[in-house]
Amino acid sequence: MEKYSKVMKTDPLVIEWDYNLNYIHSYAQDSKFFVYLGRGIILGSECKKCNYRYGTYRKYCMFCGSETYDIELPLEGKIHSFTTCYYAGEDFINEVPYTLILVEFKNINSLFMSRLVNKENKRVEIGMEVKAKFKKLQKFNVNDVYFLPA
Amino acid sequence: MYRPRNVYMISGGLTKFKKYNYESDFRLNVKKSMDYALNDIKMDIKHIDGSVSAYFSDHFQGQLIAGAMSNDYIGLSGKPSKRIEGGGATGGLAFQTGYEEIASGNMDTCLVYGFENMSHLNTWKGNDVIALGSDANFDYPLGGFYTAYYALMATRHMYEFGTTEEQMAMVSVKNHNNALYNPFAQAPMAINIDDVLKSPVVSTPLKMLDICLMSDGAASAILASEDVAKSFTDKPVLIKAIGSSSDTMRLADRTFGDVTLLPGEKEYKNLRYPGIHSFKAGRLAAKMAYERAGIKNPEKEIDLAELYDAYTSAEIQAYEDMGFCRYGNGGEFIENHRSDINGDIPVNMEGGLQASGHAIGATGIMQAVYAFWQLQGNISRHFGNNKLQAKNHNTGLIHSHAGTGAYETVTVMEAL
Repeated sequence: MEKYSKVMKTDPLVIEWDYNLNYIHSYAQDSKFFVYLGRGIILGSECKKCNYRYGTYRKYCMFCGSETYDIELPLEGKIHSFTTCYYAGEDFINEVPYTLILVEFKNINSLFMSRLVNKENKRVEIGMEVKAKFKKLQKFNVNDVYFLPA
Repeated sequence: MYRPRNVYMISGGLTKFKKYNYESDFRLNVKKSMDYALNDIKMDIKHIDGSVSAYFSDHFQGQLIAGAMSNDYIGLSGKPSKRIEGGGATGGLAFQTGYEEIASGNMDTCLVYGFENMSHLNTWKGNDVIALGSDANFDYPLGGFYTAYYALMATRHMYEFGTTEEQMAMVSVKNHNNALYNPFAQAPMAINIDDVLKSPVVSTPLKMLDICLMSDGAASAILASEDVAKSFTDKPVLIKAIGSSSDTMRLADRTFGDVTLLPGEKEYKNLRYPGIHSFKAGRLAAKMAYERAGIKNPEKEIDLAELYDAYTSAEIQAYEDMGFCRYGNGGEFIENHRSDINGDIPVNMEGGLQASGHAIGATGIMQAVYAFWQLQGNISRHFGNNKLQAKNHNTGLIHSHAGTGAYETVTVMEAL
């Protein structure tokens, strides 16, 4: 019961409870997307019935419920919107500042969220052309792809 | 056929919202807010038929099934009860669930209570927990968190419509200064636009003073059918209509189509909608509520509103989503003081989430309580001063978001 024993305050009595868990996270039906990032491919999805082309991978069409087909997204796109974070949730606080972008691709109906790595400190703006870059050492999360100014 | 029974709000109660409240846990906060509501109309708990509880995250409470724990603590053991959860819209959804309990005839009186004690986690861990309310495969691992998601939307709103950081700051100034006269508010502040603009940047363009608070607190609303409402109060407030809708959880999945028009609204040319500049679920929820309430022109017919101002940008977007002005004119709406306490549609008169606080599960119910007191004309009785009483107070609107508008609720209330 050690994890319940650290007293922070006595009136009222407040203790610190070491409340941690290791979550076993499955990408399940989205797994292929993450595997393919290691091959330098960003997968999107297309519904043959609606002809809607998704910029973020999903196995079923959100309009008609049909199973989608995998498509390869272009590796170049444009910034649809952006924000630079100077604070973050605790798990990411050591990484600030970082820039999140929503990328729009030609002939794709919806967007893709990613990070923009902007080492030369170029002025970031909506419409700016960006290109995908893949991590050399795959970590099997969505950060295996990021974008650079084109 | 949509044919609900008439539903009335007959009382409301709040705890003061605070940053740290280690003196009372969620159960005691619920009891305090409920007792406030019961005592205000001299009602006994035995007259409550059942309850709806609202809280967002088990991680904040460190306790699962916290609704059931509250229920027996306050003396409702044995009565029907359920817990409602829907992110930031938790309280708004629970209020509507309470409405449904009465409208369906399942209950004649219903206590709706909401709570959150967020100070059990430090602020930045709390941001992580809230960020888990975004896609854990595609969004959260990027370092995504809610200020960043709303900031992406604000950036696009500025691009589409020319909204400025100064206009967003005006929302913060209005809400923090309003809260100076609200004894329940967590963060009343006499601030100006410069203070907001110079506060630390969290996620461009949003700064510390553009962002709501993390709070400990609870709120209670008592709803009743027509048959019993008047036996407890001379001033029941009619819940005229409820509306709700939903949108994709991921911002990246938002669609680009035509604007969903409200009654009497003219078409928009060349605006791809909603994209990420606007909240379609808010617009659809408003449309549903207005159609049910018979509202033809919200700009003229809504007297006051409690809008979801978790971020200052979101209040500006909500002016447009609710049809208080056309899309693109939200910045002008605040700049022209139309949402000030003396404006034509005062918004967040008591400080909103920015300054009253955002104890997530309590928030939507807190909004209902404030709107209820406004519509009764009773602000001075509860606040000890009349500074925040809206002059016109016949029809009020309350509005809440989950995620970046993944669920939204709009409820229209009317003084009798």
